[in-house]
Amino acid sequence: MTAATQAATTDAVSTPKVRRRRRRFDMRAVWRTIGLVIIVVWCLAPFYWMLVTSIRQVDYTYDSTLYPKHVTFDNYKAIFQGNNHFGRALLNSVLIGVVVTLFAMLVGVTCAYAIARLHFRGKFAVLGLVLAASMFPGVALVTPLFQFFTNIHWLGTYQALIIPDLSFALPLCVYVLASFFTQMPWELEQAAKVDGASPGQAFRMVILPLAAPGLFTAAILVFLSVWNEYLLASQLSNGNPNVAPVTYAIATFSGSDPRIIPYTSIMAAGVVVTIPLVIVVLLFQRRIVSGLTAGGVKG
Amino acid sequence: MTAATGERPGSEGQVGAPQDRDRQRRKRRARASRGDSWLAWRLIAPTIVLLVAVIGYPVVYAIVKSMQLDKADAGLNPTTGFFEQGGKFVGLKYYRYWFNCNCPNGTNGHEFWPSVQTTIIFTVITVIFEVVLGTMMAMVMHRAFKGRSIVRAAILVPWAIPTAVTARLWEYMFQPHGVVNALLGTNIIWTGSVWPARWTVMIGDIWKTTPFIALLVLAGLQVIPEDLYESARVDGANAWQRFISITLPLVKPALLVAVLFRVLDVLRIFDLPYILTHGANNTTTLSILAVNELRSSQNAAAALSTITFVFIFLVAFILVKVFSVNVVQTQARTVKA
Repeated sequence: MTAATQAATTDAVSTPKVRRRRRRFDMRAVWRTIGLVIIVVWCLAPFYWMLVTSIRQVDYTYDSTLYPKHVTFDNYKAIFQGNNHFGRALLNSVLIGVVVTLFAMLVGVTCAYAIARLHFRGKFAVLGLVLAASMFPGVALVTPLFQFFTNIHWLGTYQALIIPDLSFALPLCVYVLASFFTQMPWELEQAAKVDGASPGQAFRMVILPLAAPGLFTAAILVFLSVWNEYLLASQLSNGNPNVAPVTYAIATFSGSDPRIIPYTSIMAAGVVVTIPLVIVVLLFQRRIVSGLTAGGVKG
Repeated sequence: MTAATGERPGSEGQVGAPQDRDRQRRKRRARASRGDSWLAWRLIAPTIVLLVAVIGYPVVYAIVKSMQLDKADAGLNPTTGFFEQGGKFVGLKYYRYWFNCNCPNGTNGHEFWPSVQTTIIFTVITVIFEVVLGTMMAMVMHRAFKGRSIVRAAILVPWAIPTAVTARLWEYMFQPHGVVNALLGTNIIWTGSVWPARWTVMIGDIWKTTPFIALLVLAGLQVIPEDLYESARVDGANAWQRFISITLPLVKPALLVAVLFRVLDVLRIFDLPYILTHGANNTTTLSILAVNELRSSQNAAAALSTITFVFIFLVAFILVKVFSVNVVQTQARTVKA
């Protein structure tokens, strides 16, 4: 009874306070909304400008009307013509991204499992090593690899673009997967076995469906990081358009007239490269954010 | 770094049971530890072997090459220009070349100290801006419930755009007739002189990576219990005091890890300045200089990349010591959480 009265009195006491706070909350909510709008504009304005420019006629490249004007879709046709090898570069990027992702997942998944589930000496050392590897400066790899690949005649080949990417894809993969694995309810595996499932069945019907989202997120993050890679690709492709990825193609994009930089086309190319990523990221934003913050991924 | 906890607010409620289970599990583990260890190392081995192959081997290769005479300098085999066999051992010749070269203006050797300066300037300024703006963004997002998912979606867009595209985008916007000048009503040739050129690079970097900091800080904010603020409010602490004495100390671990990652990331910055300004007007960073040197003397480039690597390693070491950022522990905690 005392508890009830106590609760009642605190309730009575706190009601006006709550009301007062709610009114203040409203004032703050206005500021908060303004803050949110500023953040959204700051993040999206350059992207919006890329979209708008990509559908603008070349002659109005430097037009600064803030809404689409002089609309045309010629830029999107133009990027696949000319000698920028843009279509080929897209294919190369997909190929490199898929191969690196699959390989990193294949190798990384067991390592992540061991870190997350098994108790062993030197776990911290392994974690530290993987983390150090993920922060490793690309430039310390690109110079020796350039030299080494020159010697074995690998410059400008697919393998020269695929293998070095593992240096950052694999640590990233291990980190994201390890943090997902530790959060999984592994007790269910035991429960399934108690219910008479064979280890194979327990894995196939319980563990795999549970792990699938984590595996998927890790794969997306790894693919994104490979897709966005530029330093290694720009040097190790050695300018060979048959293997160079799309980041290289964008960076060196040029028009028929070398004196004029075809920005409307470049922006169209940028949109083509970016839109799939943006769609994937928006679809899976919740998962990606948790994977990102867990793995401490670089941009 | 405890996003997981933030994502699943319910999990804190039932601490007792999992802890007991944990203790049991640990006991069981101790018994099975030897078997576990053997299995664990077998599972980890492929990753370690691969990392040694793709990172360890090149690093050692660079160190060895950096102490050998480059073919270009020996004047051998000028037709291919390639280094095919190890040259004469020259010790620290190339390191001396970088550290005290009285090279004429315009050569790579002359660029070394300016590029060190540029790299440090980029790092200090962008990290300060990113941390301050990122924390502000995170605070706004943390308190907002309506529209939070929209903001989170928006915040991921700059992060998802490839740096190469970001560079071309800002390059276009910073053109003399571009939209930045139009909006500001200025007539600045942004990439034409030192500080405007540096700012174009830094603004591009800040735009792209602030969201990342914001997400990390937001994850840190989400695990601060709300009653702490409640009682501080009851005790009469104002918003600023609450921020200084509750938010900041509790977000600090997440923030420090974010700062460490960002510092290490900007110290090796390459894509943005390389594409945006081509390293002109004192925007050449250490990474760009090393890549540029590849085309003249590969062994000197190897020396420079080793210098860069050691430099970044030292900075990481000092940061970890000074701020006692225990990255592995923090990460391990996330992994365990």
